[in-house]
Amino acid sequence: MSDQTIHDVIIVGSGPAGYTAAVYASRAQLDVVVFEGSQFGGALMTTTGVENYPGFAEEIQGPELMDQMRRQAERFGAVLRPEDVDALDLTGDVKSVRAHGTEYRARSIILAMGAQARYLGVPGEEKLLGRGVSACATCDGFFFRDHDIVVVGGGDSAMEEATFLTRFARSVTILHRRSEFRASGIMLDRARKDPKITIRTDTVVEEVLGENTVEGVRVRNTVTGEEETLDVSGFFVAVGHDPRSGLVRDVVDTDDEGYVRVALPGTGTNIPGVFACGDLVDHTYRQAITAAGSGCQASIDAERWLAEQPSNTRDTAPPPTPGVDGAEVDELDSIHARDGGPEARGGTRGSVDEGSSEPAGDAVPAPS
Amino acid sequence: MSAPVNVTDATFADEVLQSDKPVVVDFWATWCGPCKMVAPVLEEIAAEHGDKLTVAKLDIDQNPATARDYQVMSIPTLLVFQGGKPVKQIVGAKPKSVLLDDLSDVIN
Repeated sequence: MSDQTIHDVIIVGSGPAGYTAAVYASRAQLDVVVFEGSQFGGALMTTTGVENYPGFAEEIQGPELMDQMRRQAERFGAVLRPEDVDALDLTGDVKSVRAHGTEYRARSIILAMGAQARYLGVPGEEKLLGRGVSACATCDGFFFRDHDIVVVGGGDSAMEEATFLTRFARSVTILHRRSEFRASGIMLDRARKDPKITIRTDTVVEEVLGENTVEGVRVRNTVTGEEETLDVSGFFVAVGHDPRSGLVRDVVDTDDEGYVRVALPGTGTNIPGVFACGDLVDHTYRQAITAAGSGCQASIDAERWLAEQPSNTRDTAPPPTPGVDGAEVDELDSIHARDGGPEARGGTRGSVDEGSSEPAGDAVPAPS
Repeated sequence: MSAPVNVTDATFADEVLQSDKPVVVDFWATWCGPCKMVAPVLEEIAAEHGDKLTVAKLDIDQNPATARDYQVMSIPTLLVFQGGKPVKQIVGAKPKSVLLDDLSDVIN
């Protein structure tokens, strides 16, 4: 199946970067399709209060912020599709995106797939996922009322998760492999001052223990070499993220860690007409506001690039067949009807300060 | 066309354990972002495959006993029940294609 229309821009991803790109592009009267993916809204979907997104003097809840961005994009006519993208063909004047068996085409593409939570890869971790192992404090903290738990990591996400989890847990121990922290002063302070939180530095996890649920964690001090078993029933991982560049890595330039390379200060990739933004390119700032800012840049870059192209792309496309336009309109109507709810949101993640955990299912195979 | 049914601690035995058809139970809560992502996908699965399976939703805040009985410690969790027993567990929000794959034993 193939969608006959050649759109101006297809945006892949629906975190702050993707939706901001959609707002700008659709407001610039471009024909925009956004693939939100089934995991819409990005990392802010699993965040509680966002305190550092400008424009909200009082904190706003992460999902509410994403819902606002989404509706803002829709308001200017961006078509939001819930499918996950399966493949992209970025070569040629007309680029194509395959999603759920249908081919969609556009003259330019904005990549905004974000990043996904990383796990440690230690024995026991995968087996006990959803049975005490989690990468999403806001999703799963509830289940650990009066339990003793650990949070692994030394960045803002780890501090935020640990602080959040004190609402439920009896005690929270932060395990950090180094002695110094990447977390910001305010987040670290908050964690240090919390009477329920203990911080252990120079400590690495060797194994998550337990048969059906987490029963303990075996840790090793990297300075003394001493091993110890902590008696805990919850294991929350907050050790960073990996960019979701797998679908494009064969043709789009990426760095050693998989982040898409762009021609700074712009958002152009090595492929003309293909732009990238948000956490997919950014391993430095990773904030909702920086992702939104780069989504805006990508949209303006795409708009200018389209304006500079000889307007021959439409001519080289197969001639429109009678009835196609009508069919397209019908299809869009049905999309809007189905998609009308506020729930659909999508793919990238925001970041640390905003609060930062990930949908558990995202990065991880389910235990079987 | 079928829609997901809401089940509770009180109705769980009747509607899930005693069901002739396999039942996919979605353990969810109002405060869970990823649960909101998976909900529309489950509605579609219920509509498209309602002849083969029942999709049930259980709010864990209102019905903690069932969640505890089945050691649900992460949401969303989908548990597939066949003949009164849990036969499969799917943790986290997943794309529809992946869910259909996971449910293929039950659907096909």
